[in-house]
Amino acid sequence: MDLLTQVRTSAAIAVGKAARTASRLRGGGSALPGLVTEKVDPRILAHTLGELAHGVVVVSGTNGKTTTTKMLVAVLRAHGLSVFTNPTGSNFTRGVISSMLGEVGLSGRLKADVAVVELDEAHSLKFAQVVKPTHSLLLNVARDQLDRFAEIDHTAQLLASLAEQTHGSVVLNADDAFIARIADVVQPGVGIEWFAVDPEIADQLPAIQEDDVRFSDPADAPTLGPAAGLLHPHDAKSFTIRYPGGSNVGPLELRQRGLAAMINSTAATTMARVLLDERFVPATAQMALERVNPPFGRGEVIDAGGCPLELVLVKNPAGFTVALGTYGNEPVASMVAINDNYADGRDVSWLYDVSFESLRSRGVALTSGVRAYDMALRLQYDDVQVDRVEPDLDEALDSFLAAHQGEPTRIFCTYTAMMHLRRRLSTKFDLARFGEDPENE
Amino acid sequence: MSESTNQDQASKGEVHLVHLYPRQMSIYGDLGNTRAMAARLRWHGYTPVVHDHHPGAQWPEQAHLVLGGGGQDSGQVRVQEDLDAQADRLRELANDGVPMLMICGMYQLMGKAFITVEGKRLPGLGILDVTTQGNATRMIGPVVLETEFGTVVGYENHSGSTVLGEGQAAFGKVLHGNGNNPEDGDEGARTNNVIGSYLHGPILPANPALADSLLEIAAIRATGSWLPNEIDDSIATQAHQRQVTRLTDR
Repeated sequence: MDLLTQVRTSAAIAVGKAARTASRLRGGGSALPGLVTEKVDPRILAHTLGELAHGVVVVSGTNGKTTTTKMLVAVLRAHGLSVFTNPTGSNFTRGVISSMLGEVGLSGRLKADVAVVELDEAHSLKFAQVVKPTHSLLLNVARDQLDRFAEIDHTAQLLASLAEQTHGSVVLNADDAFIARIADVVQPGVGIEWFAVDPEIADQLPAIQEDDVRFSDPADAPTLGPAAGLLHPHDAKSFTIRYPGGSNVGPLELRQRGLAAMINSTAATTMARVLLDERFVPATAQMALERVNPPFGRGEVIDAGGCPLELVLVKNPAGFTVALGTYGNEPVASMVAINDNYADGRDVSWLYDVSFESLRSRGVALTSGVRAYDMALRLQYDDVQVDRVEPDLDEALDSFLAAHQGEPTRIFCTYTAMMHLRRRLSTKFDLARFGEDPENE
Repeated sequence: MSESTNQDQASKGEVHLVHLYPRQMSIYGDLGNTRAMAARLRWHGYTPVVHDHHPGAQWPEQAHLVLGGGGQDSGQVRVQEDLDAQADRLRELANDGVPMLMICGMYQLMGKAFITVEGKRLPGLGILDVTTQGNATRMIGPVVLETEFGTVVGYENHSGSTVLGEGQAAFGKVLHGNGNNPEDGDEGARTNNVIGSYLHGPILPANPALADSLLEIAAIRATGSWLPNEIDDSIATQAHQRQVTRLTDR
């Protein structure tokens, strides 16, 4: 950095740190300190993140970003790397800057070996305009918040463009036609590695994957080399991440349930291998993965007065379908909470692209949220019995828990409904708050 | 719910529904329209027969109601050839009074033409006298309409700006949202029993009065009469009314 740049960066960080202190005192939002820092030095991220020894990794895609990022960070830390990452929900450049302010001196030097940031498709591009990622891990493309991204094809285009700007290596999902095609656009010299599920369980995939209707022929299956990570499940919980060239990870079991979490761990582990190269130790990776707690609201199990309450975030047809597949064969008393704020996706049409038949045997105790009646109507069309409709989330939660005391319960909820319910649950049952993850309990 | 009420009685007859291009043209839950119609026919005591019509497939022998949804630009390109092949048949059915509900992308394709952002003119089927101009900005958000079927709620998400030809009736008047375009307050178009609209939601479960009006025409065409059962639509009515109140203070 030249002197002038250094002064600007230091000034920006000083202003940001002051704003951070102020907003902490107020108990306010996390993006404001980042916003003021960015105003003073728009290239702040390039200055602080651009010089990390192991580079900058961007994790993007529609579903599983938070879980995958958490797993990748855990595996890298277990190998002794110091990792900078952005906490869940700060899915914007400003959020990344805000979280950086706590860990950076006025010099602008970040004491980390590598940065792993989770960014949604649109924000990952804005981020790449400032910091060129060395690595990108691209998970999947699915219908999500089309009111923001307009079309799946457009979403796929955003990720392709992120891959084009990546100058080290990309790790791609071979089973997702949208992602697999991105291999064609990476720059010459940039490494490409794959993750995929074992052909044995490939028949479970169509339900969770979008058809790519842009082309009349299915994408040619990519050739998977010796370093490709293959998910090989043994049963509903146990699996091995197989590397044809050796050094398999597993058999192992995750704390988070379901196929989607297994796929995410395969993605994270494959990226960790690319980053660590010869330093990668399968047993270390396995131990780290087995200790990762599900992120808040993503299949998190809450101790609700001695009984497990599963809080399951659902935000698009693929995600809801996977969640129902994961939990469907163990029916418990269930509530579904659907809001339609901006962060939830304002259009609830997507509920009609999910089949709710697996809830039929037990029925749904309660629907809630701003669109409680629309959810009840959706269930009515799938012949699922709904006992009660209560749009008010607090009222719904209280009566749901009261009616099902002493038995396991489950709540499927959209993003803002989840945030609201999680807050109320943490007060009620004295749980860790957002940002305080008891990682190694 | 009412599904079982008529199980022991004889069916009031088969009603054939054709869903156009469910794979390419149903990205915003528009398949829900077909599901809702099939379910409501059963609740009313009829036997629904659903035909998914894919590009290149043979047209079913009977069609009493035709449904189509919204797709991405790439989806529209993929169905174009088959739509050309079915054009005369669809025009004939429309003239004959077959009810059709065409949402978003399929609504645009039912019109006279679509003019791309670059100015290229793509001809449509011309069943509805509407012309759509491609735009850089999208019209996105919840919508409330006043129509002859009562208020209608839904959700729009389109970049095309549609204008009605002279004498072409709209489907409804916009109470909240954009509709065909940001200027004239019209939403959708209607000719005979063909309705074109931008509204997802999906529109039929959210507006049971509209759904049953279309079913009435279809059932009469199929069986000669419309003998509906009483359906408990209280949940749908609540969902509907809450959106109307929230968006228009009505």
